[in-house]
Amino acid sequence: MKHDVVLDVTELPAHGLGTASLSWWGTLAFMLIEGTGFVLSIVIYLYLMSVAPRWPLDTAPPDLLAGTTLTVVLLVSLIPNVFVTRWARSQDLRKVRMGLIVMSLVGVLPLILRVFEFPAMHIKWDQNAYGSIVWVMLGLHTTHILTDLGETVVLTSLMFTRHGDNARRFGDVADNAMYWNFVVLTWLPMYVCLYWVPRL
Amino acid sequence: MRAVADREGVRDTGMEAVELDRRLAATWSTPPGLWGALSTVDHKIIGRRYIVTAFVFLALGGVLALLMRLQLAQPEARFVGPDRYNQIFTMHGSNMMFLFAVPVMQAMAIYLVPLMVGTRNIAFPRLNAFSYWMYLAGGLLLWIAFAVDTGPDVGWFAYVPLSGPQYAAGKRADIWAQMITFTEVSALAIAVEIVVTVFKQRAPGMSLDRIPLFVWSMLVTSFLVILAMPAIMIASTSLILDRLVGTHFFNPAEGGDVLLWQHLFWFFGHPEVYIIFLPAVGMVSSIVATFTQRPVFGYLAMVMALIATGVLAFGLWVHHMFVAGLPRLGESFFTASSMAIAVPAGLQIFCWLATIWAGRPIFKTPFLFVIGFIVVFVIGGLTGVMVASVPFDTQVHDTYFVVAHFHYVLVGGAVFPLLGAVYYWFPKLTGRMMSETLGRWSFGLIFSGFNLTFFPMHILGLQGMPRRIYTYQPEMPWSGLNMFISLSGIVLAAGFLLFFIDAIRSARSGPVAPANPWGASTLEWATSSPPPSYNFARLPVIERLEPLSDRSDPLGIVEGLYTDRRELLITGVVEARAQARESSVGSSIWPLLAALATSAMLIWSIFTPWAVVWGSIPIAVALIGWFWPKGDPEDET
Amino acid sequence: MGLLSTGALVSGCNGSQSALNPYGAPAIHLENLIIGIVALSAMIWLLVMVMLVLALRRGRGAETEGRTSEGRLTMTVSAAVAVTVAIIAGMTIASFFTTRSIGVPQSAAVTITVRAQQWWWQVIYAGSDGTPTFQTANEIHIPVGQDIRLQLESADVVHSFWVPSLAGKQDLVPGRSNDLLLRAEKPGIYRGQCAEFCGLQHSHMAVMVVAEAPSDYARWITSQRADAMMPADPDAASGQAAFLAKPCAACHTVRGTQATGTTGPDLTHIGSRQTIAAGLLETTRGSLAAWIADPQTLKPGNNMPMVPLTSIELQNISAYMESLK
Repeated sequence: MKHDVVLDVTELPAHGLGTASLSWWGTLAFMLIEGTGFVLSIVIYLYLMSVAPRWPLDTAPPDLLAGTTLTVVLLVSLIPNVFVTRWARSQDLRKVRMGLIVMSLVGVLPLILRVFEFPAMHIKWDQNAYGSIVWVMLGLHTTHILTDLGETVVLTSLMFTRHGDNARRFGDVADNAMYWNFVVLTWLPMYVCLYWVPRL
Repeated sequence: MRAVADREGVRDTGMEAVELDRRLAATWSTPPGLWGALSTVDHKIIGRRYIVTAFVFLALGGVLALLMRLQLAQPEARFVGPDRYNQIFTMHGSNMMFLFAVPVMQAMAIYLVPLMVGTRNIAFPRLNAFSYWMYLAGGLLLWIAFAVDTGPDVGWFAYVPLSGPQYAAGKRADIWAQMITFTEVSALAIAVEIVVTVFKQRAPGMSLDRIPLFVWSMLVTSFLVILAMPAIMIASTSLILDRLVGTHFFNPAEGGDVLLWQHLFWFFGHPEVYIIFLPAVGMVSSIVATFTQRPVFGYLAMVMALIATGVLAFGLWVHHMFVAGLPRLGESFFTASSMAIAVPAGLQIFCWLATIWAGRPIFKTPFLFVIGFIVVFVIGGLTGVMVASVPFDTQVHDTYFVVAHFHYVLVGGAVFPLLGAVYYWFPKLTGRMMSETLGRWSFGLIFSGFNLTFFPMHILGLQGMPRRIYTYQPEMPWSGLNMFISLSGIVLAAGFLLFFIDAIRSARSGPVAPANPWGASTLEWATSSPPPSYNFARLPVIERLEPLSDRSDPLGIVEGLYTDRRELLITGVVEARAQARESSVGSSIWPLLAALATSAMLIWSIFTPWAVVWGSIPIAVALIGWFWPKGDPEDET
Repeated sequence: MGLLSTGALVSGCNGSQSALNPYGAPAIHLENLIIGIVALSAMIWLLVMVMLVLALRRGRGAETEGRTSEGRLTMTVSAAVAVTVAIIAGMTIASFFTTRSIGVPQSAAVTITVRAQQWWWQVIYAGSDGTPTFQTANEIHIPVGQDIRLQLESADVVHSFWVPSLAGKQDLVPGRSNDLLLRAEKPGIYRGQCAEFCGLQHSHMAVMVVAEAPSDYARWITSQRADAMMPADPDAASGQAAFLAKPCAACHTVRGTQATGTTGPDLTHIGSRQTIAAGLLETTRGSLAAWIADPQTLKPGNNMPMVPLTSIELQNISAYMESLK
């Protein structure tokens, strides 16, 4: 078959950045999946509340201290995260390394606070449906912190190898930072739901 | 002109065709042997594997259906006891929905979408490989459990409390719930791949209004998967938690609620129907366009209908719960929304009729299946309108009327187009043609066998025969029709047997197919049958909706890609302007290892919650191995 | 009672279980709706088929004919969509009005509680003004021509109450209470069965609705309220003794005796019922004996264990059961 060359792509970059990157879109799609999961967990919470005679069921509303501190920590963590994103975009290896170390440490803090959040609920998962949903919501979100922390730690060590200085790695760092934003932002409605809805 | 070699490698600019094919094959081919088979990331190999596996599950599910018909042919028959019968119908439903219908549609997309949009591999090829292994593991889990008498026996919908800790002792319900996790992980993975492939890997110039209708349908389907499947994952996880660690989501005694399960299940379960049906719609459009020798009438209307169906699909779930005792006013709303979905469905039927009207039909086997589809699916759509009516539904819900209805929708609406699609794309899948004679025979047997089997079920339902009964008493007036149905089932089975014989025979020794045996006009026919490992020696540039429709005007092509590493083209979402060359990853064993680790954790977690903790360690190791750079040229540049 | 059964046979609807054989106002409304929608749908289907055949034939030999313009096709398709919208709106409105006509009215004369269990129906007639509550199983008596409110509950899993000749179905959901309007226009026996999959013996979970003239109904109520009769013949008397001595009494109640178990059906007037084991067998001394001797073969997986009995005991207990009219 005869072909006409109508497009020469020699000059195009060998790797797409931002919205021209496949992994950026992939991350977005997975955020959509997990976001749907978070929304559904909130819907289940509200549904169970609507069928219950009183709420929270047979216990006091959760203590605010641990959860609120964690919320503040997560919000503050957005600041270094913004810097990491910026440094990744400008492909500044030294600063990205530093930023990732900070983010790895920052990722551990909420896990420590989370340990205090479970008892602050004043209920166990197997006591009643209220206990079940609050534990599952906390568990679901903890899983996300854990996986993102794991990814951050692996990326951090990767950035210190010979594979670090590579446009793809910087893209991965930016996507990972975007995912952390997602983990923080999805926590906010869950925080309101878990801590303030029972006080309505 | 000589090929251009620079510091980084050899580009295809000006390269001779033979030289180009040789170089690309060396770069893209899956190595031979077992290791190559286990580590391949070629979307065509994985797609074919997926399709074959799904059809094996179809055959197994069909055998289960025959067993049920054997038992129901006579009143109070004793071929199959209630315990085994409950496993059989649960297996039949779960297998057909989760292991056949959804995967086979996604599998067709894995194979076809990259070809139809003119790229060299699917987005995230390793995720694609992982997805297949997860699917296979989930299917094996379910069937092995069934073989050792631990098959789920709580219905494919697993209503609580029957599937809960109190009434479903043993591991049967857990097997069901965990099989869900396997298949949903694989389905979600494919959905992400398809969305990103369609968004970012379309051939330059394939703007939104030049996307083939099959690709549109798979795009909408993938969004349905992404938004619907989390509901069933959350539901099945909650069920496992209720069963394993004593949570109370569905226990009314402790503040849980039985109907919560039904809401979650059907919030997934209804879109599931469209996840199966919409790809079929895309297949029908492809076949209609080719065999009427003109573009499908009303392209924009068809796309809008697909999107409208996808949106409405999320507003219908309550019509599966019309007799559960929800407030009447809410139910009336869902009657209206359920009926409203008939509008986009009708619109599509009308558009196809208009296409046939204005075209010049060629009566080949794929087109026969499309005609069969229209005849059968319109009945299924109309009975769908019937069950959308709350009062009508109170008489037919959970009866054989509904069994008839959804087989008309799913077999008529999805399997008929799928079989047509297999006949249609078989040359592209295997490089060989299927037999037209056997195709006509199998269509005739399947079409008549199907109608003879399922139409009488409408009557049985109205005569008061409920679903999911393993037997009925001789004094009920149902035995005549049931015997008739069982005998008709043999005709239907014979049709499928003929189809399988034809497919296997043709794959081995059918006539060799040219690149475009049907004179079709979409991109997958622009490359050889079957396509080479790199799909297109030179990536096409698209200037119209049907790029192959005008033979005097050859395809434009792209130049300047490297030949010695896997490279493809990234384009913009709307206009599909080229944005970047991008590496596509090569073969890797890690997706298989990750799938094995994940499977081990999921199956182990049926027995103890600690499996989630300890089982996560191998998964983490596998994932690090998967993503850790290996210094290959695809990563280094 | 015998008279009533004969009457039901004569009326031609003994055991009727079909949505197309309605004998109660709700079922009649539903049948009208069903016939209307099915007829309309059949017409639509025929119309589409005619269009399909015409389109296929036209295209076949149309090489030389002028092609239909895109504009005319657009108009035709738009018109077809408009007609679809209109038909759908019509059907929605029709079902809305039918829904209203089968709702449970405030004025329902009688309320009966039905509590479904794996795999039988517990039926509770509440007492009032000093009359005691009584229970029966798998058989609901109602007066003809009156609106009856069924209060539907479940003791274990989800079941669905469906007597198609009288009304559409309604689920019985654990932790919730639903209601259903039941009404029979003619005396007769109307069969129904569980319509929601509920486990091993979902297939054998039938219920009989016996509709009778108000006077017969009143007589039935009176007899059911009474405690069980003391057995008159010696076989039945030994049967009672055996029944009370064996594990039977741990699960079943026979009012007026020490048998007060509540796991299984109340047997106070079992001899008066049409069937045993939720519609599985007609009530005869032989079927009672067969059932008691080996319930697991007749209805595999049901919750009644096989109690070891000598053949004399079996005969006597069956005689006792049959005597509990």
